[in-house]
This record gives sequence, C-alpha cells and structure tokens, in this order.
Amino acid sequence: MRILYFAWVRQKVGIAEEALSPPAEVRDVAGLIHWLSTRSPGHAEAFAQPKQIRAAVNQEFAQPDSLVAANDEIAFFPPVTGG
Amino acid sequence: MPRISVQEAVFDLAAESAALAAGRHDIGGIASFVGICRADDGIAAMVLEHYPGMTEKALAGIAAEAERRWPLTGCTIIHRVGRLEPGAPIVLVLTASAHRSAALESCAFLIDWLKTGAPFWKREEFADGTTRWVEARAADAAATSRW
Repeated sequence: MRILYFAWVRQKVGIAEEALSPPAEVRDVAGLIHWLSTRSPGHAEAFAQPKQIRAAVNQEFAQPDSLVAANDEIAFFPPVTGG
Repeated sequence: MPRISVQEAVFDLAAESAALAAGRHDIGGIASFVGICRADDGIAAMVLEHYPGMTEKALAGIAAEAERRWPLTGCTIIHRVGRLEPGAPIVLVLTASAHRSAALESCAFLIDWLKTGAPFWKREEFADGTTRWVEARAADAAATSRW
C-alpha cells in the first residue's frame, strides 16, 4: 500500500510518502488512520484530530468508511484550499 | 475537451481566450475568472502545493460536470503552483458558449467547485520567514453547495 501525505499532514508525519503493509484488520480509511497513528510520534500528531483529515483512495476523495486494499494509493491531507 | 493545466508558469489570459475561439463561429461569449494572490495580513508570498495526478483528474471531473450542466463550446482551467507573490495570478477559468448566461454561470460554478474539490493547499509566507497553512473556509463550502 502506497501512503502519501500532503501539506501540514506531511510536515507532522515528517515524510511525503511510504510503502506499508497494514495488518488484515485494517479495512477502511478510519482503520488505517488508527493504525498509522501508532507508527511514530509524528504520525500520532498528524492524526490526533481525525476530523481535520481528508483522504483519497486511488486519487478519488474518500470517506472514513471507504475500503482500502493492499495495492491502493492512499493519500491524507487537510481540507483543500485552492482557487 | 477541456484544457486543464497545473503549472508554475504564469498564464496569458488573451492567448488562452483566443485559443478557445480560434476557428469557430458558434461562440457567442467567453467568460473568464482570474484569481489573484492578495496581500492579506501582510504576507510576503503564497506557496501552493498539490497532489500531482489527482489534481488533474479532479479538475477534469469538475470541468466534465460543468459540460453536463451547460452547453459549453470550450473550457479552460489553469491553476498555478509553487511560490506566488501578492499581485500574481493564481488561477484562470474560461468558459465559452453560444450565449452569455451559460458562459457566466458555468465560470462561477467552476471556480466555486475548484476551491473545494481539487487537492491544492496554500501556505502563507511572511517577511520574517514564518509560514502558516491557510485554513479551509466555511464560506467556500457554502459557495460550492449553492450549485
């Protein structure tokens, strides 16, 4: 699974991307956030307030209950501020 | 086919507008929106980052939605990324149609949707070197939901 981080999520985690193999019980975006939070103090800080985090699965906006699979590209970022 | 570009370089409104109209006689009007970097709170610059790949897909999806809702003969979305100083143009939206209402309405729709539906993030940079991420505004979400 390829995990990407953008904006302040990237700054807090400390890296822009990582390749991970979460355990089988991680089935959706919310579960992945919960698992990622345990990986390092930076991850924990980035995901401390899950409601401030937006996600994309395979480059489509996703919800906390969106499913995640081994070969997916998952991105985490703050609410968007373009335009 | 909409023209979608995410780029560091500045865009040329006149050239982009001329390209939409070139060789056609069915266009009655072209509406344009140019977003410009403001100097809010005395910022020295705005640094824009995005999600390469997803950004282009999201913009194409938003343009396709505009084409479903209005009879457009052309559409251009150019969004800049990187470091932009106050006064610099950030985003260009152009819509062409046989009639003005479709062009004007779809142009407003596109910029409203783009603000909440494409993965861009702005960071403000101050003269003393400190930076601050721009927070999403409730007013932008409201502007999107009116469509």
